[in-house]
Amino acid sequence: MASVAIRDVRKSFGATAVIHGVDVAIRDGEFVVLVGPSGCGKSTLLRMIAGLENITSGEISIGNRVVNNLPPKERDIAMVFQNYALYPHMTVGANMGFSLKLRGAPKEEIDSGVQRAADILGLGPYLDRFPRQLSGGQRQRVAMGRAIVRDPQVFLFDEPLSNLDAKLRVAMRTEIKELHQRLKTTTVYVTHDQIEAMTMADKIVVMHDGIVEQIGTPLDLYDKPANQFVAGFIGSPSMNFLKGKVKANGSIGFEGPNGVKLPLKAAPANSDGRPAVYGIRPEHFTIADDGAEAEIVVVEPTGSETQVFARIGGEEIVAVFRERHQFKPGDKVRLKPDPTLVHLFDEATGKRLND
Amino acid sequence: MTIAIDQGRTKHASRDVTAWDRLKVNRNWLGFWFMLPAMAFLILFLAYPLGLGIWISFTDARIGRVGNFIGLENYEWLWDDSIFWLSVFNTLLYTIAASVFKFAIGLYLALLLNENMPFKAILRALVLIPFIVPTVLSALAFWWIFDAQFSIISWSLKQMGVISQNINFLGDVYWARFSVIFVNIWRGIPFVAITLLAGLQTVSPSLYEAATIDGATRWQMFRHITYPLLTPIIAVVMTFSVLFTFTDFQLIWAMTRGGPVNATHLMATLSYQRAIIGGVLGEGSAISNAMIPFLLAAIMISWFGLQRRKWQQGESND
Repeated sequence: MASVAIRDVRKSFGATAVIHGVDVAIRDGEFVVLVGPSGCGKSTLLRMIAGLENITSGEISIGNRVVNNLPPKERDIAMVFQNYALYPHMTVGANMGFSLKLRGAPKEEIDSGVQRAADILGLGPYLDRFPRQLSGGQRQRVAMGRAIVRDPQVFLFDEPLSNLDAKLRVAMRTEIKELHQRLKTTTVYVTHDQIEAMTMADKIVVMHDGIVEQIGTPLDLYDKPANQFVAGFIGSPSMNFLKGKVKANGSIGFEGPNGVKLPLKAAPANSDGRPAVYGIRPEHFTIADDGAEAEIVVVEPTGSETQVFARIGGEEIVAVFRERHQFKPGDKVRLKPDPTLVHLFDEATGKRLND
Repeated sequence: MTIAIDQGRTKHASRDVTAWDRLKVNRNWLGFWFMLPAMAFLILFLAYPLGLGIWISFTDARIGRVGNFIGLENYEWLWDDSIFWLSVFNTLLYTIAASVFKFAIGLYLALLLNENMPFKAILRALVLIPFIVPTVLSALAFWWIFDAQFSIISWSLKQMGVISQNINFLGDVYWARFSVIFVNIWRGIPFVAITLLAGLQTVSPSLYEAATIDGATRWQMFRHITYPLLTPIIAVVMTFSVLFTFTDFQLIWAMTRGGPVNATHLMATLSYQRAIIGGVLGEGSAISNAMIPFLLAAIMISWFGLQRRKWQQGESND
């Protein structure tokens, strides 16, 4: 096990720069998720840690060794690929033991290593099968087994669950997290799915267009997104944004689209009349007499909660209620954002304004 | 109006359904109808000539004379014919030597062309040239290259002072065998190389990445990933290559006509010489038919030994 340090790492393919100086510190045994929309550079960053891509500038170290110029096999890492990359002509057992075989390990050592991994993952009955004869989830497990057998310093996962169906994905999510709790191996996990990131990570790195937008624990990102991108990316359904002006003199508040008045607990210093973006999560609305007037557009019950699409000051917003309100499209209601849970962002830079 | 239509229908339905009607609409027969053109084609151009060839080999037919059935006499005759056995030896030597080199060089070229390098597309196209040139044309070109008097190879070697007199490429038993095998290899490589290249491109790059992380060297990657994944294609391409080489005719006929002293006579050329030039159709057919067991053996080896892989079987759900 080892820590991983990424210091001012940049990557260009020819003249196209795809990663513009990324710094991430990963502690020993930590489960870190790199998350971001496709094309944000998260997979490239992972492949640079693995050694499958060159580092254009900056430094990556694993343990206390700078690995920039080390070939992958000397970095003591194991990687699980999105398409599993199982060797189709080898049995499950041979797939898992391949790295040991290449290393020239004696047969007993290979067998015991494979057996150990198979026991951890419940793959015992399948050791003599070929990848073709396995289901998607089993293949996924074999890919993890191949990583476990190597007993590496760091596990790297590259969108490992994207090829599974929704139900299996949730199950495997838990399984991977349990596995990490058991093995306590430093893990870097890439995904574009913010729910995967939120549920699995000790620490999330949100990336966008080749830069790190924010690093923090899942709840940090949810409670205090550093900018409008993170605010919109984390959470489902995503945060509502309403443009308007801060009112700091007299009664503190926010003037939303078409003059609609929205509550604010405290205004940032010197912000009277400042154009800003008012962010409120769908789950932070209540029905209250002093709320903003809203017109219901669509109601979508899911059983445990109800998503309500409504219009405030002409802008469409989403609200989520756990209570079973009897709304119909066209109804007029008063929706009140919880002022303690409001996020304010700078309109131009998207940076967070309130604490 | 409606009444008229109803009447028409009733009338139609009341007609007796003939066997022909059933054949026209029955689903099982429908398949047969669709197969018929292909079947006719195969019977006319494949099964009939093959059958005829086998029949003729049991007769004493000559050109212009329908033969009488003479049983296995042609084959008994061949059994004691040293030239026939020489042609069998030549064919085996020609096939084995050429195939081994075609495979080795073809695989090497395929691996090379699969790398990322400048002018990749042009190089791939260049490799195909020997395959595109009609065999007879390239054979004629090589005929000149190997000419006893005007050979460019002899000339160059003489200029360099390596040899003092011309090599008799096509006139010497061993040089002649070497030369025709060389030309066959030259001509056969593109087929092997391009087919194997296509096979290489089906191997997922992520397997190589996984192997890189597993710590494989380039040789280990070839040995444990590329080669095993390529075996089904190797089996197919080498089966075809062996079949084509074994039955080769054009090259030999254009370059040596089986000479010198039958040293490059293959079974195909000997058969042609006896049957068409010599006019002894029965014996020529017998020589041709003698190739069948060899070809069947080659197919069997490829089918049972190489093509059937356990890892390819089972459910495919990807």
